[in-house]
Amino acid sequence: MKAGVLALQGDYAAHAKALEVAGAEAFEVRCLSDLSGLDALVLPGGESTVMGLLLQRFGMMEPLRERILSGLPVFGTCAGLILLAKEIEGKDQARLGLLDLRVRRNAYGRQIDSFRTLLSTCVPGAEEIEGVFIRAPCVTAAGRGVEVLASHGGFPVLVRQGWIFAATFHPELVPDAPIHRWFLSSIEAGR
Amino acid sequence: MGMEIQFWSARQSDAWRTKVGLAEMLKGGVIMDVTNAAQAKIAEEAGAAAVMALERVPADIRAQGGVARMSDPRMIKEIQDAVSIPVMAKCRIGHFMEARILEALGVDFIDESEVLTPADGKYHVFKHDFTVPFVCGCKDLGEALRRIGEGAAMIRTKGEPGTGDVVEAVTHMRAVRDGVARLRVLPVEELMTVAKELGAPFELVYEVAKTGKLPVPNFSAGGIATPADAALMMQLGAESVFVGSGIFKSGDPVRRARAIVGAVVHYNDPKVLAELSEDLGEPMVGIGLSQLGEGDRMAGRGW
Repeated sequence: MKAGVLALQGDYAAHAKALEVAGAEAFEVRCLSDLSGLDALVLPGGESTVMGLLLQRFGMMEPLRERILSGLPVFGTCAGLILLAKEIEGKDQARLGLLDLRVRRNAYGRQIDSFRTLLSTCVPGAEEIEGVFIRAPCVTAAGRGVEVLASHGGFPVLVRQGWIFAATFHPELVPDAPIHRWFLSSIEAGR
Repeated sequence: MGMEIQFWSARQSDAWRTKVGLAEMLKGGVIMDVTNAAQAKIAEEAGAAAVMALERVPADIRAQGGVARMSDPRMIKEIQDAVSIPVMAKCRIGHFMEARILEALGVDFIDESEVLTPADGKYHVFKHDFTVPFVCGCKDLGEALRRIGEGAAMIRTKGEPGTGDVVEAVTHMRAVRDGVARLRVLPVEELMTVAKELGAPFELVYEVAKTGKLPVPNFSAGGIATPADAALMMQLGAESVFVGSGIFKSGDPVRRARAIVGAVVHYNDPKVLAELSEDLGEPMVGIGLSQLGEGDRMAGRGW
């Protein structure tokens, strides 16, 4: 399977590694033409404002939105989840706006408040995973079409809406890439 | 077979790995020096991945002389309030109390920086003791590994700050790269002596020899003034760039900031780089490295 990682900014290298551990071929996506021929796309962690700005500047926002709407499976982590979210509290920043969530950015505080914790999930084979939260956002509301696969402190941290998958934490920063495996095998199963 | 040597990074705490996690998030971005909230806004709107809050950019520290210290907390707080991207700030080499104050302010990264006047002529901050991550400068692999050994979660090659001359940035990046490449081909029995020569912890030397890379991200700093400079450093293996005086000492900071951000993304595409380099106004005037006396060089600070 060919999986792209949006490489405009952020931890795209960690995602590429995780995708390869999970059995996919990983490709960096830096311009529109890099999107062709992909079976899946990851929107990495990093700064959502930077990625949104660059998607617009380089004319990638609309074509990417259309690709996702026409069925390209996508997985966003942290900043990637913010890019996908319909609503961002107190901020109208450039984004794809396809995932029916309301999100609060930097909800846990600054870097000194970043943390790791064990998460219980409904993902087969990844029932208990390490969640790495770095300047993480918080999902403060999720629409009815959004399936919640893991929560922390009463807030969703791993969600799915059709072919859109998203996490507020960083599954790419733990070994063995269990969540990436789930993302890829869900795509395989749906074919 | 003989004993198995555990990698240094495998022994580190969860806290250390979370610090390195933020460094991972900053990859492929540009970290811009700013001296007030208005500049921080400009940097954020141009696409900076983080800002470095400091009272004087390196070019002004050079010009004005005197002792360069940690910034006024009020200025740092104003910048924190102005932007949503990470805010970094500098402490003097070895000044662990400036570092404690910056940590109390909640800055996202501390740069223990040679741009400020060193507070300790022999020792650096023991960075493992802090919750906040640190970035430190280096000129070669040994210096990089000493700083990582002390707990730095990110390394940046030093270059020569405040000059607008990229030559030292190139020299230092190549030195780190060559150092790593050399370790890759050495037989294991040579690594202890090499660790002694490098002045670096053996386990880190061993890990780099086996993995072929530093255990933390390596960014480039010191003298980057144009989109072409940024692309050059990315080609040489930098995972991101710091731009200090290069933006706000230039004729058109907004255009230049945007162009350098674009150049880091498209460092592999000369056609895009040509477009990005067009009509940016005056670059910072700069000082050629050869015009600097030995005593004027900042890169030599660090032990």
